[in-house]
Amino acid sequence: MAEFRLPANSKVKKGKYFKAADGATNVRKFNIYRWNEDDGENPRVDTYEVDMDKCGPMVLDGLIKIKNEIDPTLTFRRSCREGVCGSCAMNVAGTNTLACTKANDEIKGDINIYPLPHMEVVKDLVTDLTHFYAQYSSIKPWMQTVSPTPSGAERLQSPEDRAKLDGLYECVLCASCSTSCPSYWWNSDKYLGPAVLLQAYRWLIDSRDEATGERLDDLEDPFRLYRCHTIMNCTNTCPKGLNPAKAIAEIKKMMVERQG
Amino acid sequence: MATTKRPTSPHLQIYKWGPHMTLSILHRASGVALGAGTLFLAWWLIALASGPEAYDQFLTFMGSIVGKIFLMGFTLSLMLHLCNGVRHLFWDMGMGFEVETTARTNMLVFLGAAVLTALSWVIGYGLI
Repeated sequence: MAEFRLPANSKVKKGKYFKAADGATNVRKFNIYRWNEDDGENPRVDTYEVDMDKCGPMVLDGLIKIKNEIDPTLTFRRSCREGVCGSCAMNVAGTNTLACTKANDEIKGDINIYPLPHMEVVKDLVTDLTHFYAQYSSIKPWMQTVSPTPSGAERLQSPEDRAKLDGLYECVLCASCSTSCPSYWWNSDKYLGPAVLLQAYRWLIDSRDEATGERLDDLEDPFRLYRCHTIMNCTNTCPKGLNPAKAIAEIKKMMVERQG
Repeated sequence: MATTKRPTSPHLQIYKWGPHMTLSILHRASGVALGAGTLFLAWWLIALASGPEAYDQFLTFMGSIVGKIFLMGFTLSLMLHLCNGVRHLFWDMGMGFEVETTARTNMLVFLGAAVLTALSWVIGYGLI
């Protein structure tokens, strides 16, 4: 049974308040979820006043400024700062996105930042993605073939077949969609979630892959695939503008079609 | 080695609610309501078969305020489940997944359910 409330150790308390330096005129508040395992306290939300005249345009710029200038203990993942690595996925203003591609200007009022929802928190905005990656590995995300490799040539693909991978290969596995999905919140132990299913479809639809039957067999399960109830949070939240819900629907169609 | 148990990050508490989420949960809730409402349908049929007295009892209940609210809820559940169900059929065909399309069909489902409910009550009361 799904647990809709947070367990006692996860309830969020009010945190510290960091005032902006004197003379700042264009101040915005960043409310940020904090937790570390060392002090034995519950999670809290700290508020940082940030001088936006001296801050870059993106949410990630704000976070980096806070870490550099106000509170070096603030912990988050980031790398490419241009939406291709997927590291800085977090919940900003209520929806999951990449902090590096989300502009502060798009957000009304305070900028509320939480870790990806319903995940185990390692520290502050860093969540444990071990299970997510294990699920990804379970769908065997590589090309499987039985036919011999053409000698002296690559496995070719027509432009039409290649086009079928558009909207799928761009996924950076940031986990925004999976952790936006209530079905994944309640059943992530068994349900694969939108990100992993989109990846599964990426291999199912690849004309060069020869394990389509086995892949579908693996997904034919009340939980792994069919916990998707088309809530549509995944598609609405994807920071890359992809459509996991449609990919899942296409897998469901393939399941029906192969029954003949 | 961690000595403290890691917390679960907030989910329902912080996630921005949207019409698509409302419809998803209402689809389930209306399905449950329809299941429960079918018991009243059974009561109706049993009362009908048991003679005038039993049928009179049924009519008295259904004519009361509580009964009318029940029936209104049942009709609304039926129409909502029907309209959203039609959308699910399109989804099952792989159609209508674009963000803009679902935003539009959200509103269509709400509107459709309201109009069909109002219409069935207007027709049911012989107003037109």
